[in-house]
Amino acid sequence: MNLPPDKQREMLRQMLTIRCFEERASADYHAGKIYGVVHCYIGEEAVGVCSALEQGDQIISTHRGHGHCIAKGADLKRMMAELYGRQTGYCKGKGGSMHIADFGIGMLGANGIVAGGISIVTGAGLAAQMDGKGRVAVSFFGDGASNAGPFHECLNIAATWKLPMLYICENNMYAAQTSAAETHAMPDVAGRAAGYGIPGVVVDGNDIFAIHQAAARAIARARAGEGPTLIECKTFRWRAHTERIGQPDFRTEEEIETWKRRDPIARLRGQLEAQGALTDADWQAMNKEVSATIGDAVAFAEASPFPAPEQALEDMYAA
Amino acid sequence: MRELTYAQAGVEAVAEEMRNDQRIFYMSTDPAVSLMKEFGNKRVRATPIAEGALTGIAIGAAGSGYRPIMDWRQVTFSFVAMDQIVNQAAKIHYMFGGQRTFPVLYRANVGGGTRLAAQHCQCPYSMFMNLSGLKMFLPSTPGDLKGLLKTAIRDNNPVISFESNRLLTTKGPVPDGDYAIPLGVADIKRTGSDVTVVAVAWLVHEALAAAEELAKDGISVEVVDPRTLVPLDHAAIRASVQKTGRLVVADEAGPTAGFSAEVAAVVTEDPATFARLKAPVKRVCALNVPIPYSPVLEDHVFPDRKRIIAGVREVLQGRLSDKAV
Ligand SMILES: Cc1ncc(C[n+]2csc(CCOP(=O)(O)OP(=O)(O)O)c2C)c(N)n1
Ligand SMILES: [Mg+2]
Repeated sequence: MNLPPDKQREMLRQMLTIRCFEERASADYHAGKIYGVVHCYIGEEAVGVCSALEQGDQIISTHRGHGHCIAKGADLKRMMAELYGRQTGYCKGKGGSMHIADFGIGMLGANGIVAGGISIVTGAGLAAQMDGKGRVAVSFFGDGASNAGPFHECLNIAATWKLPMLYICENNMYAAQTSAAETHAMPDVAGRAAGYGIPGVVVDGNDIFAIHQAAARAIARARAGEGPTLIECKTFRWRAHTERIGQPDFRTEEEIETWKRRDPIARLRGQLEAQGALTDADWQAMNKEVSATIGDAVAFAEASPFPAPEQALEDMYAA
Repeated sequence: MRELTYAQAGVEAVAEEMRNDQRIFYMSTDPAVSLMKEFGNKRVRATPIAEGALTGIAIGAAGSGYRPIMDWRQVTFSFVAMDQIVNQAAKIHYMFGGQRTFPVLYRANVGGGTRLAAQHCQCPYSMFMNLSGLKMFLPSTPGDLKGLLKTAIRDNNPVISFESNRLLTTKGPVPDGDYAIPLGVADIKRTGSDVTVVAVAWLVHEALAAAEELAKDGISVEVVDPRTLVPLDHAAIRASVQKTGRLVVADEAGPTAGFSAEVAAVVTEDPATFARLKAPVKRVCALNVPIPYSPVLEDHVFPDRKRIIAGVREVLQGRLSDKAV
């Protein structure tokens, strides 16, 4: 793939940012500074469809949403402040980890309901089509969500109306404790595209270039008015479904270790080094920079005030 | 003034607003033919039967600068979209810290009288009233429906228009020209001094008929039509009850945790109104069963003018015996 070295390094940097953000979110969750629940994206950082998008394109995410936010360009400070429940957070402390949105950058929100975002972002795709400016909309969702009604209803509608949509199934092989093998009649979610008469593509979800390429093709098709594409990225989460302790995890050590050896970040780093596009010093510097940014985000969150209790009554209705 | 049916008034409101604002588009499994003819199949979409997806698509399009109208037709069909209504539409503005506005209008027919049995004769609006984050109304006349729809289409929040099955073909005066009725403002449909009847939709008409009947016995009934369910016009309801001292609530829905229960609470929890009450509050509602099909059964289950009259006489008992009526 012929992406300029700068762009490739930027992709690596973004994946590293996602990983470090998640490591910090996990640590701060266990330290009691973040409440409720956190679903980490570690191991899935390559699903970098956003690197192929333009400003003005819109995405929607899931309960495992931090990675998509970061990839779309969200402000780490306001993200971290939201996790910390602070007034300066993206949702003024009303959303938390499962509900971060930045509508300004086209990130229409994480969603606490499995498959809950698919139809909302399909509406954004309909709006993009009516605008006629060649913008696209992207729905990220898991293997679990692909078994829910909205997936099927929306693929049919998007295919029928030729909406400029990308449906990105992040198949990490599990929905909470339950394996996809137990819940899917066909192993490839992408195969369902045939039922809607649209392209369905399976890609290695730990290979950011493969994903970028598949996304770029789907985006070109969408912008040309030819309709949606279903892309299935086979990947794996390294951590448990959530950071809450005491929840069962039926995945074997061996399975997890196998996938850790397919680390998408190590892979991209290796590719860049082999091309001579990244030195060890570059890598060290990148790590330092990223960890400084995460540190700044945490400092910002910690220094930010909690909302005043009465602010619970604000933003009920729009003027 | 012109006379239009309730259904015609609804179509007219939508058409007028669509002419004025290109951002409005309409989705329904079977949209009104006149709307499809006038606006074409891009702005008036005959959709797949996928209410769950379409309810969410409306939210997404609203957040992207459009002003969609999603017609569920019978409220019955909104239940397959409950996630999108309850978890998404009602919460999306608040939960994301007010980042975006979501101007969506949902339309749903409610109520019985159509002999369509349990699934197609329902009045579940109190389920929706219970959700914070949605506005909703249930008008009793063509003129009110048109005016409220126009306001709702211009509102920047998700609003549900509940429309009465029984009233679709009833005619009533509709003002000429552009007018809108604000949400949250009740209308006194008849003034009176002895008893307040708070009623919605078809039961407003039944209450008016009951009032006419009771007037012959010298009983003066005030009929208050809140029109909007959320936000409910507490002030108008309390003012009327403070004047009459007696309250009957008439609702086509069952009583349990219903609109009628809310009105009773609004009246009794207000010290000034409570102090003026001369009798316990009386609710005249549907019986607590799914709506049965056979006309004999259906008519037994729904309240009507006779039951309103009986309810009024009940809250007036003390006074009636004084007067030896
Ligand atoms: C409608 C609904 N049912 C159940 C849940 C509880 N739940 C949260 S995440 C999850 C698993 C989702 O799996 P998948 O879609 O594969 O996403 P992943 O967590 O693997 O990223 C479940 C069952 C929910 N949030 N929403
Ligand atoms: Mg999964």
